[in-house]
Amino acid sequence: MAPISIDAAALLTSVQSIVPEIIVVATAIFVLLLDLAISEEKKHLLCGMGLLGIGVALFSVYALGQGRIEGFSGMIVHDGMGAFFDVVILSACALTFLMATGYSEWEGTHKGEFYSLILLSTSGMMFMAKGTDLMTVFLGLETLSIPIYVLVGFHRNRMSSLEGALKYFLLGAFASGFLLYGIALIYAVTGTTKIPVLATMLYDPRILASPLFLAGTGLLLVGFAFKVSLVPFHMWTPDAYEGAPTVVTAFMSAAVKAAAFAALIRVLLVALPGMQPVLWKVLWGLAVLTMTVGNLSALVQNNVKRLLAYSSIAHAGYILVGLVSGDVLGGQASLFYLLVYAFMNMGAFGVVMLIAQKEDEGYDIANLAGIGFKYPALGALLTLFLISLGGIPPTAGFVGKFYLFSAAVKNGYIWLAVIGVLNSAASIYYYLRMVVYMYMVTPDVEVAVPRPPRILFSMALCASAVVVVVLGIIPRSVLEIAERSVLSLLM
Amino acid sequence: MANLVSSIQFADPYFSVLLLLIIAVGMSVGFVFLSQALGPRKYDRIKYSVYECGVDPFTSASVRVSVKFYLVALLFLLFDLETAFLYPWAVLFRDLGLFGFIEMTIFVGILLVGLVYAWKKGALDWQ
Repeated sequence: MAPISIDAAALLTSVQSIVPEIIVVATAIFVLLLDLAISEEKKHLLCGMGLLGIGVALFSVYALGQGRIEGFSGMIVHDGMGAFFDVVILSACALTFLMATGYSEWEGTHKGEFYSLILLSTSGMMFMAKGTDLMTVFLGLETLSIPIYVLVGFHRNRMSSLEGALKYFLLGAFASGFLLYGIALIYAVTGTTKIPVLATMLYDPRILASPLFLAGTGLLLVGFAFKVSLVPFHMWTPDAYEGAPTVVTAFMSAAVKAAAFAALIRVLLVALPGMQPVLWKVLWGLAVLTMTVGNLSALVQNNVKRLLAYSSIAHAGYILVGLVSGDVLGGQASLFYLLVYAFMNMGAFGVVMLIAQKEDEGYDIANLAGIGFKYPALGALLTLFLISLGGIPPTAGFVGKFYLFSAAVKNGYIWLAVIGVLNSAASIYYYLRMVVYMYMVTPDVEVAVPRPPRILFSMALCASAVVVVVLGIIPRSVLEIAERSVLSLLM
Repeated sequence: MANLVSSIQFADPYFSVLLLLIIAVGMSVGFVFLSQALGPRKYDRIKYSVYECGVDPFTSASVRVSVKFYLVALLFLLFDLETAFLYPWAVLFRDLGLFGFIEMTIFVGILLVGLVYAWKKGALDWQ
């Protein structure tokens, strides 16, 4: 047998296309080893090292730019879309680390594993967002999921944490199975798992009509729908979100959703545009169902974490609205909304984390009573994040929703936009209910004393607030980047 | 029947997989039915008792297993998988050359980090 020749140039490009991921994985390993070497009181170093790694990775994304770099014979690609989601995911990861500085101290999660798992999960997300082969997407999904299962159950002495982790793990394992089976069926019909090649296959009407291919696409969608928690695949979300350590909940709601949507967008826009005439009905139904069930369930929640969990389900529905039409306008709106959502939702979780003080106890909505006037900064920040989640101007949440619904209208899905706007209006009730509790309800007992935030924690909250306000006033440049990202996908 | 046989494509590369599947399922199911059909039937107390290497069972089978065993099992899994990857690499070592060597060093290095971590955390102490 002839020696296998390795093209040095191709190898270099391949490595280049995953530089940010390599940095994140290397940081994860370094943090794990550092944990063994340092003493108990120096554990905050772990968080610092993690942040440094994320910073370097972000810089490498910036240095790579939005140019298209294909690696590993078309398994992975660094393009505008990949770069955009790398930034979203790494930002969410950075916010998580900044918040973890305080959280770990209060709840005793200052452990190498904790940070290492978050970083490993982040690397999986980045691979998922950049995968141009269904196998890479699946591997990324697994790499992101397994550490998250562990992180949800990180408070292993609390029943709710374990319950959430077990539910998430069992349902997640099934969802992975669905996804993989879908990929297998698609491969059986088309003979390829490469996303761009699939698109060309769909010009063949025989493949489009094949029941095997339809079943495969359906299973693929179920797998993704589970990860972004679309109704009716959302059952795990409230329990997992409630049970998980709150930093992890924040991380999951922002980053996991972004990564899964990234892969979904790539599959829908690149591989399956030929399916759009059939698929839009499914997506339309999922979007309407997700928005409505998410919002209606959130209306009756009294636990803030559960409330935000249902609100995150509803938000997945809004984001899906942009994908129904399968065009650039909608995709761009979805990308923009995912970025905005990461910041506003993590910000909201951050403030709630400070007010709640203790896991399992302080998350009742009544605990917010009287916070607004006694702690004006916290009250103002939470109000800002909540009105942004509700979609009230001048926040980024409003701009995001505006573009999502206007994309739906421009593509002729008027009813979808109407249902979306009605849902958004209903959601304002439960967001403002929290604000009312903060400012207008006199507490029965004394006002809860929030934890004094660390400097890094405050930085995370301020950064989120700045992003929410700035993107609400001048969204143009980021929208343009989002548009270029989607266009880079379709090239 | 003849029509069916002729319609099977023996040249299909997946035919051997199908054949393997049929033989594997056929053998396992076949043996169950064979023993059912040929074996003598005597149902008494001993026949229905729990079988434990011919010795009378002295405790319930559903006891809690120490968590240490799971640790060992997990570590075993880690290095078992490593071996599964090392074998094909060893076979192709000459062909893969330096590139393969570096790849494998990174792979084994990452696994080594796992071992060091488990060691330091006391997963290897049987106490």
